[in-house]
Amino acid sequence: MDGAASGLGLIAPVKKYQAMNKIVNPNELTSDDDYGPLYAARKKVYPQSVSGTFRRIKWGLMAFCLGFYYLLPFVRWNRGLGAPSQAVLIDLPNSRFYFFFIELWPQEVYYFTGLLIVAAVALFLMNSVGGRIWCGYLCPQTVWTDLFYAVERLIQGDRRERMKKDKSSDPMRLERILEIVLKHSIWLLIAWWTGGAWVLYFNDAPTLVKELVTFQAPMIAYAWIGILTATTNVLAGFMREQVCVYMCPWPRIQAALTDEWALNVTYRYDCGEKRTSVKKAAELRALGEQVGDCIDCYQCVAVCPTGIDIRNGPQMECIQCGLCIDACDNVMAKIGRPKRLIGYDNDINIHRRQEGKAPVYRIVRPRTVAYSAIIAGVGGIMIYTLATRSLLDVNVLHDRNPVAVRLSDGSIRNAYTVRLLNKSGYDRVIAIDANGPVNATIHVIGVDSVTPDRPMIVIPRDSTSELRMLVTAPAQSNPEKSILVRFHVTDIGLGEAASATDNFVAP
Amino acid sequence: MTDHHSDIDSVTGRSTTGHEWDGIKELNTPLPRWWVVTFYLTIVWAIGYWLVYPAWPLISSNTTGMFGFSSRADVAVELANLEKIRGDKMVALGAASLADIEKDPALLALARAKGKTVFGDNCAPCHGSGGAGAKGYPNLNDDDWLWGGTLDQIMQTIQFGARSGHAKAHEGQMLAFGKDGVLKGDEIVTVANYVRSVSGLSTRKGYDAAKGEKIFAENCVACHGDGGKGNPEMGAPNLTDKIWLYGSDEASLIETISLGRGGVMPAWEGRLDPATIKAMAVYVHSLGGGK
Repeated sequence: MDGAASGLGLIAPVKKYQAMNKIVNPNELTSDDDYGPLYAARKKVYPQSVSGTFRRIKWGLMAFCLGFYYLLPFVRWNRGLGAPSQAVLIDLPNSRFYFFFIELWPQEVYYFTGLLIVAAVALFLMNSVGGRIWCGYLCPQTVWTDLFYAVERLIQGDRRERMKKDKSSDPMRLERILEIVLKHSIWLLIAWWTGGAWVLYFNDAPTLVKELVTFQAPMIAYAWIGILTATTNVLAGFMREQVCVYMCPWPRIQAALTDEWALNVTYRYDCGEKRTSVKKAAELRALGEQVGDCIDCYQCVAVCPTGIDIRNGPQMECIQCGLCIDACDNVMAKIGRPKRLIGYDNDINIHRRQEGKAPVYRIVRPRTVAYSAIIAGVGGIMIYTLATRSLLDVNVLHDRNPVAVRLSDGSIRNAYTVRLLNKSGYDRVIAIDANGPVNATIHVIGVDSVTPDRPMIVIPRDSTSELRMLVTAPAQSNPEKSILVRFHVTDIGLGEAASATDNFVAP
Repeated sequence: MTDHHSDIDSVTGRSTTGHEWDGIKELNTPLPRWWVVTFYLTIVWAIGYWLVYPAWPLISSNTTGMFGFSSRADVAVELANLEKIRGDKMVALGAASLADIEKDPALLALARAKGKTVFGDNCAPCHGSGGAGAKGYPNLNDDDWLWGGTLDQIMQTIQFGARSGHAKAHEGQMLAFGKDGVLKGDEIVTVANYVRSVSGLSTRKGYDAAKGEKIFAENCVACHGDGGKGNPEMGAPNLTDKIWLYGSDEASLIETISLGRGGVMPAWEGRLDPATIKAMAVYVHSLGGGK
């Protein structure tokens, strides 16, 4: 059985893996660093390749996420002549955001508030159901790091090979130099494509690609590609797990959001302890003694992308990618013990099993119900408001200096700035009415009334128009201090209408 | 020298900083190397800033940096560019007639935007930010105009001013009937009440309407016209309407008749270019009172 164990390529002392709780040997420190080293050296992580259920899920999600990100800008959506035909487009110069059938104007950014609330609560929900699902499977840092590791593994070999090459004191051979150059070239290519895809969300993608290739794109596009190429390459190629451990706030926050029922990647120490070798375990089992399934093979540690030992319990560094589950399952299959010594579980079930009770999985509990309700509620409100969103709108602003004007015949005039918004894809003819003081007349500066007291104006599609509007009430001996005025705008072709209110005041 | 490093925490097996408070020792948790390196890089970056940008104050100036960057110079360039962009549009504005500007939505929007900013910079101190005016400074939103409220008349007033000293300025003022001894005290009170009566305001008890009409006819009609309807040629206000530049109460009217009035509107020709004055005229006209 020894052969089986060493065949898995594991042997390493415990201390080596305790990167986060480094044990300091006083003899290693030089006499001049009185207060210890100023910095902690990084322990480079060499995750070993692994196959299994969770690895397959991760490959699938990676393909989906990256495919989505890289290809989405090329998806077309017909919005009619003169409007952008890109399905997802952030048009900064014209202040428009397009998402398939949705077009948002700057004053509608509150939809993003709803989106952010849904996103945050979805994160909480994931967390209370299955721990750090976001970190382990969906976070861009995880996805790109995983991809960069795959490239590294393909070119420079798996864990032990890379460790050996890094440690080797032999002079560099051409083959090794080529490997390194090739790896960095592919990394840069991926990073460059990542930055390139980003800028495509801000401009018509096919046009911009053409411009980029012929060096006619605006400088800012190249600058952003450069910046994002650098950040992608540095974060996924070099910083890797350090981003999660040192830079990201989420591991700290999620610790406050989790509860005892949440399923986290857990070493089931009730099944695993005491650890022994395969051979010894067989002997002890033959004698009828209690032995754990863990054979201390360190496979879970070898595959871990953050370089920790899951058997030490829940740790901030653990992104819960599930790869240790695959690694352990493979070993358990080989030694003929039950799978899922490491799995999605919690301490409650470990204790229940220790007490001889059946484990309980409680997905539906007040916390998850509340999160789901918030998601459904906010999502519902967003969908409702989007579906009933008006394509014609009016805003009114009362003059402040002067608030009211008395004319020579004693009548009272109030002036308003009226802004009409035509969010549709066609020009409109708008009629404006104002219902306020009795017998009041209205006049819009620069607009010749076709019908008396009902000014008409043409607003081109997808634009706004600002008008100055005068409301004049006839002279009265004792005018009311303030009267509500309702400004009503009607598309005379389609009958669509919108209104806004303000006050008519006496001087 | 104390050797702190022999001080290893027995529970965690990690070294301590050697600091101890009430028996509690601080574990040594060093920063990651890249963090420390980044920190040093920011210091180097800061030094780069000193060299490239203006940074250190000297006695009478400051270090200018390697490329002579100055945010003030940048603003000057931006402003010049802005003028260039506006140039063509302002030419179009200058070429169009006042009436045409009000009919063209694009030119009207431009004139109103330009007029509003220029009004805020030059006119607001007297006329108020929205042209509401004050005592002695006409409200530009109403339909009562001393010198006429058509586009051309408004433009003329802006261009040359009133009593501004400009050769083409509006002249003519309210005479000081009391101070110059033309009218006596009781006559002034009587005519003040007469003026109140023509615009429908109440009059003092025992006021002699016939005498008031006579005094008015002898002294005021020349400028204010028969019945006090006013005359824009002279800048003489209509006394029969509800708008009073200096107040309609008896005391204000007595003050006006006794001491005279003659507010000054500066001439803007020469200070503002013709296209801007045009924009101003359109803006003021569009405030609502224009005729």
